[in-house]
Amino acid sequence: MANSKAKAGRLARSESMWAYIMVAPTIIGLLVLNIYPLIDTIKLSFSKTRPFGLYELRGIENYVKMFQSAEFWRANLNTLYFCLLTVPLGIFLSLVVAVMLNTKIKGRTFFRAVFFLPMVVAPAAVAMVWKWIFNTEYGIINTLLAHKVNWITDPNIVMITCAIVAIWSAIGYDAVLLLSGLQNISKSYYEAASLDGATKLQQFFHITLPMVSPTLFVVMIMRLMSSIKVYDLIYMMIEEANPALTSAQSLMYLFYRESYIAGDRGLGSSVVIWTVALIGLVTVVQFWGQKKWVNYEV
Amino acid sequence: MNSSLERSRKIRTAGTYAFFIIGSVIMIFPFIWMFLTSFKTVEESMIIPPTILPAAWQTKNYTDATASLPFLALYKNTFLMIFWRVVCAVAFSSMAGYAFAKLNFKGKNILFSVVLLQMMLPSQIFITPQYQMLAKLGLTNSIFGLVFPGLVSAFGTFFLRQAYMGIPDEISEAAYLDGCNQWQAFVKVMAPLTKSSMAALAVFTAVFAYGDLMWPLIVNTDLNMMTLSSGLATLRGQFSTNFPVMMAGSLLAMIPMVVLYLFFQKQFIEGVAMTGGK
Repeated sequence: MANSKAKAGRLARSESMWAYIMVAPTIIGLLVLNIYPLIDTIKLSFSKTRPFGLYELRGIENYVKMFQSAEFWRANLNTLYFCLLTVPLGIFLSLVVAVMLNTKIKGRTFFRAVFFLPMVVAPAAVAMVWKWIFNTEYGIINTLLAHKVNWITDPNIVMITCAIVAIWSAIGYDAVLLLSGLQNISKSYYEAASLDGATKLQQFFHITLPMVSPTLFVVMIMRLMSSIKVYDLIYMMIEEANPALTSAQSLMYLFYRESYIAGDRGLGSSVVIWTVALIGLVTVVQFWGQKKWVNYEV
Repeated sequence: MNSSLERSRKIRTAGTYAFFIIGSVIMIFPFIWMFLTSFKTVEESMIIPPTILPAAWQTKNYTDATASLPFLALYKNTFLMIFWRVVCAVAFSSMAGYAFAKLNFKGKNILFSVVLLQMMLPSQIFITPQYQMLAKLGLTNSIFGLVFPGLVSAFGTFFLRQAYMGIPDEISEAAYLDGCNQWQAFVKVMAPLTKSSMAALAVFTAVFAYGDLMWPLIVNTDLNMMTLSSGLATLRGQFSTNFPVMMAGSLLAMIPMVVLYLFFQKQFIEGVAMTGGK
């Protein structure tokens, strides 16, 4: 008995020793790679960039400059517009695809794989081919339309073009997530509803939608976050020389250009801090709003 | 009565197939068009109306693309970046995930909140200081530079912690009774039980590392140290009007992952579905 107690004590001591050893790489990594950089970015956002990687604290100068910049407000507007274009329509289409994939038909694994395909292609390559398809002079879309629409250079259209590509890229990913939510719904609900004479459409709105709403909420948060952070797709489709650049420039694109093309990392850091605050705000609003429509009952 | 039910079922099936066929065409067409264009001459790519099949299947675009971009180096760099990020993410996250799920130690909650904090913040907030650290150490333009932000994974830690929480304590207790210490119980008994979660994390890490653009663009500016994604961005600058060459380059860049996907399609999709929501 005493022996086993001593053994338990030894085990507990070695337990915390092993625990520290096992979390050490991750915690040290996070401190060096994330916590220190987080503090440093905040500091940078209050500093002026000097040559040779030096900085000088300058208070809120960068933020004042940022808030006075028309380009910054335009980037906010562009990002918001991009979110409005991609999130509702993208999630609606993903839900349709997921519901269709949830029916018992032959070849559903094949179709699921096809919709998912853009996920395994680097956004850089995806953007290239769509740039070609949307090309004003020789693009296949304008040929089919028999109209020369400036998909990539018209400031009023460019964001719609980017949104189409973004939705096309993300539809399979979101559908796969929603599908796993749909598959958790018990068949017995549908059987009972069928017996009561409910149509498929009624079943969708009264069973499927409420039951999948927790998954839908997760997908929506994730999609909205990644839309606010959009960068790679727009960067690849709209180059520096494009006259529509200011109409397509997202916040993260502005961050990249300020920090690494203009070389003003202080101002770039202010833009990133602002974006993080925006994401935080949007997420809080979403969590607050979910009470109204997300169903955690069953 | 029965036959009308049967008929409406048939109509619905036909509608579903129509939906999927149209959807599939929209999803696959860009890649087919990329493929066909990559074999056309520049002149042919500018014919109106466009030809569907190339007049002659010439491979000049591929030689042009490989002449201006060192594709072998790009494949190697991309592979090494993905390989090390996957190894680090899976190994370190397994260890930390196990400790957070199954072991008791002081400061557990504080340390775990560091993990959660990182997960909630977008990666861009870390980029500039990460770059400056590497630049100070003279480690830009290196494989280490590409791997750097992915050395540890907060998301992986969170994800594998959940996997370990799903395993009953009795199993590790049985291992202790057999004379294992915590490390042995973890390596020999517990870790093998999370195989599917580790695979999912590996797929997730690989797919996102492969698509990552901003970090490789910033950290490795030497053409020979670029990844496929950042290399393509460079190609875009060089051949801004020569679409056949860009299509050839894009095709070369996407082929390895697409081939892997064709073979491991199920693992890819299930891996992403499991890790979903990040």
